[in-house]
Amino acid sequence: MINISDSTSVKLSSQFRFQWEEAQQSFVLLYPEGMIQLSASAGEILNRCQQQITIAEIISDLQTAFAEADPNELAADVREFIQEANDQAWLEIKHQKL
Amino acid sequence: MSDSITIASDQQQSIPLWLLAELSYSCPLQCAYCSNPINYPEARSSELSTDEWKTVFKDARKMGAVQLGLSGGEPLVRPDLEELIAEARALGFYTNLITSAVGADAARLAAIREAGLDHIQISFQGSNQAVNDHFAGTKSFHHKVMMAKEAKKLGFPMVLNFVLHRQNIHQIADMLKLAEDLNADFVELANSQYYGWALKNIDALLPSRQQLVNAEAITNDFRKNHQGNMDVIFVVPDYYENRPKACCNGWGTTFVTVTPDGDVQPCQSAQVLPGFELPNVRRQSLEWAWRESPLFNAFRGTEWMQEPCRSCPEKEQDLGGCRCQAYLLTGDAYATDPVCDLSPKHSDIERVVASAQNIADLNDDGFSYDINKADDITQPLLFRNPKNAKILTKKIGEHND
Ligand code: SF4
Ligand code: SF4
Repeated sequence: MINISDSTSVKLSSQFRFQWEEAQQSFVLLYPEGMIQLSASAGEILNRCQQQITIAEIISDLQTAFAEADPNELAADVREFIQEANDQAWLEIKHQKL
Repeated sequence: MSDSITIASDQQQSIPLWLLAELSYSCPLQCAYCSNPINYPEARSSELSTDEWKTVFKDARKMGAVQLGLSGGEPLVRPDLEELIAEARALGFYTNLITSAVGADAARLAAIREAGLDHIQISFQGSNQAVNDHFAGTKSFHHKVMMAKEAKKLGFPMVLNFVLHRQNIHQIADMLKLAEDLNADFVELANSQYYGWALKNIDALLPSRQQLVNAEAITNDFRKNHQGNMDVIFVVPDYYENRPKACCNGWGTTFVTVTPDGDVQPCQSAQVLPGFELPNVRRQSLEWAWRESPLFNAFRGTEWMQEPCRSCPEKEQDLGGCRCQAYLLTGDAYATDPVCDLSPKHSDIERVVASAQNIADLNDDGFSYDINKADDITQPLLFRNPKNAKILTKKIGEHND
């Protein structure tokens, strides 16, 4: 398994198309003959992965955008979601040279 | 298809997430299990125009449709296919081309890619030239192989679809190998389901239980031994289940089909159901068809059910099964799908299944099939073509008199 840390850089996989769906009031991931409806938080995170971005950058960006949320909880949610998104092959992970 | 769409939550009004655009019934192939209506019109003059299709796409998108299947017949017979793809893509659809690849060449595929097609599904009728071309009724195997290679070269995600039946299911290992050699991302080993043309040919097509068990075992072995990137799905004909599937993910919840001449249907074969006037995009809006038309509202939810479905604890799961199958096998569109073993007509299914086993047992190993001898032991196939359409339509007409 790939070890994902805050300095890991990720990007949405080109196998999926990510877009906002007005009728569903949510972001979705589209792939051959299928669709995944994303929760509000998943949508916010993946929206930031359309370009190459590190986990730390996602976290700080979201902490600014959602200042009312508990910053530690938010960071934990992001890390957990990124793991899951990676398991689902939604992300391309750039391996960091140490 | 339906399984991979997460369904919008109950509070939301249902959205036709999937639009299947059957662009033309015309097709160079003659599959004996074709899902097109038996009496498909031979003439192409009544087909929707480019602009009419564009309006359908726009209206569907406005209602929230997001997946678009471009199918037929053979969608490549439409010279405006590229233009339609470009329009659909610009509207935000994820576009899927469902094709036999006959009618494509490298330049056309490149133009389709350029137009923005997201994904291509190519059907095969067998794993080699002899079997493929026999069941396609058209010399097409080598061309399909070439086009599949071309599609991958262009970077398309590619699904290969093999429709399985008694006379080709023994090729399953070779089908998987072919798909792997062609770098398919996904392979669908889907047994024919028995409506329309397939139902007319069921005595020649339905595999035996033993064949299905063998084929599934081979598929599972392949999955175990090839941990590559190719996903494999195997679909059993629902005659071999004890419970039916919810028709189209639930009638009028997810799918909408528009036929070449503009009829709007909740599933591909709804035109067989008697007593409904089909909504048509030339007369009504797509939105009216989806929300208001008697056809779409007739089988939504569970209110319309009769016994045994009405008081069944499982009714929310399978919604009483397929309406077209219920009608075709019982003569009553409101009946329980006979695939269900609680249906009073389930014995009809068991009889067909038993006869399939008897015929398969005439072969030495009960699995493989020699297409050259097939006609000696079972009824000859009625291929899908205008001549057979006329014969069958006449028969049906006589029946009704
Ligand atoms: S099932 Fe065969 S004959 Fe029917 S439309 Fe598809 S390719 Fe053509
Ligand atoms: S009786 Fe009807 S609702 Fe119950 S399992 Fe059978 S088909 Fe489904």
